[in-house]
Amino acid sequence: MSAAMKAIIVTAILLAAGSAACASSEADFKTAFAAADAAEKEAGRLRNQWTTTEAALATAKKAAEAGNFDEAVKSAQDAEALAKASIFQATSEKQRWKAMEIR
Amino acid sequence: MRIHPALSFLAAVLALVAPAVAAPAAEKPDPAADAKAFQDFFRKKFPQVKFEDFVNGPYSMNEDMRKQWEEKEQFPPYEFALEAGKEMFEKPFKNGKTYADCFANGGIGIRQTYPYFDDKEGKVVTLELALNRCREANGEAPYSYVKDEMAALTAYMAYTSRGKPFDIKIPDDPRALEAYERGKEYFYTRRGQLNFSCASCHVQNPGERIRAEILAPALGILNAMPIYRSEWSGMGTISRRFTTCNSQIRGVPLEPQSEEYRDLEYYLSYVSNGLPISGPGARP
Amino acid sequence: MASSIRVRAIQNGDVTDVQTLIQHPMDTGLIKDAKGELIPAHFIQQLTFEHNGKTVFLADWGTAVSKDPYVKFAFKGGAKGDDLKVSWVDNKGATDSLTAKIQ
Repeated sequence: MSAAMKAIIVTAILLAAGSAACASSEADFKTAFAAADAAEKEAGRLRNQWTTTEAALATAKKAAEAGNFDEAVKSAQDAEALAKASIFQATSEKQRWKAMEIR
Repeated sequence: MRIHPALSFLAAVLALVAPAVAAPAAEKPDPAADAKAFQDFFRKKFPQVKFEDFVNGPYSMNEDMRKQWEEKEQFPPYEFALEAGKEMFEKPFKNGKTYADCFANGGIGIRQTYPYFDDKEGKVVTLELALNRCREANGEAPYSYVKDEMAALTAYMAYTSRGKPFDIKIPDDPRALEAYERGKEYFYTRRGQLNFSCASCHVQNPGERIRAEILAPALGILNAMPIYRSEWSGMGTISRRFTTCNSQIRGVPLEPQSEEYRDLEYYLSYVSNGLPISGPGARP
Repeated sequence: MASSIRVRAIQNGDVTDVQTLIQHPMDTGLIKDAKGELIPAHFIQQLTFEHNGKTVFLADWGTAVSKDPYVKFAFKGGAKGDDLKVSWVDNKGATDSLTAKIQ
């Protein structure tokens, strides 16, 4: 393993430890949720929402209501990642669907 | 020979643009050719299956299932729905009219002509949609698209049309062709977290197992609708089939009878033209 | 309301083939509805077939039998035109019966 790689891994571990150490606030949740919600709305415009995104959003909301902002932020981030993946899918399939067509 | 870099770049750009401009002309939609290619694909994939037998879904590809089904067909599980559907179909609305007044030939033996393209509306009209519109036009509340009453009504209408080949027409109207093309795109587009398109299961893997089920071929799949599914312990419509397929691949289903589903039904019915109506069907 | 019973009895040599389909929810009492509440058990407890007044088939059923059950059996001693009476009683005391002619 190269020195550069080691440095990256060490930094990643430090970053992970750092973020775990400081607890998330309600404001963090609101920001994360807004981003996830916006992405999911965009997926909705593309008519390609995923049930898993919806579930992650619901989990985030529930956790926030219970005051568990660490979990709420994590779920909201999951939801955002899923929503973005569904947007990528819908966008790339605009052309790619033709590959499967029987001709 | 040395070419100025800017020029060669321009040439490259032109080379990229040219096919993009030429492509739409080359890809002019040709539904008739599509349908032929679609049917040939399945004939070639399953040379042992008789053409008319594709409407029987998994039973056309699995001997054991077929035996059980033949036995079951002597007393089919959709019989109660069929009887209820006949009763509902013949019972007049509060204003004295009946479903028969809304349909050509009194609604008997016409399943194979749905969905059709309505040139006034500029959209595809499915049988389920037409039934609810008939109800609303006569002052009755619409039914849920996914089960029970709607399934019973469509079961009866399919039953009176059994054996008649699908006869879906695409009129000479650019909007009809667009609806057909959108339906085709929907059919082949991957969606949901599992990244499946309709074709992933029903074109690429018919006859194969998905968990305990045997996948039906897309060809003729709508001819058997509506179906009694043992898994649902009840009847389901085309709308139910579409929405359930979506949620099973972890996609949020669209509203039943939304334009996408109507276009999809139009495409999928058109490419099964010539195959007889066999609904209502029974599936495990 | 039409009968909950469909029956077909066909004379086949010296045996009578009987096929029956019964419309019944056959709820086990273990399944929850959409609101999360248990659907109470509701199932056929006894199913009887009588040929000219004599019981030829008697079934004691429980919750393990499927919804809208189908029964097929054969018996000796029947003849074309004889009466075959089918009846059931469920755990709520509801009952239905139907008399068919052997064909």
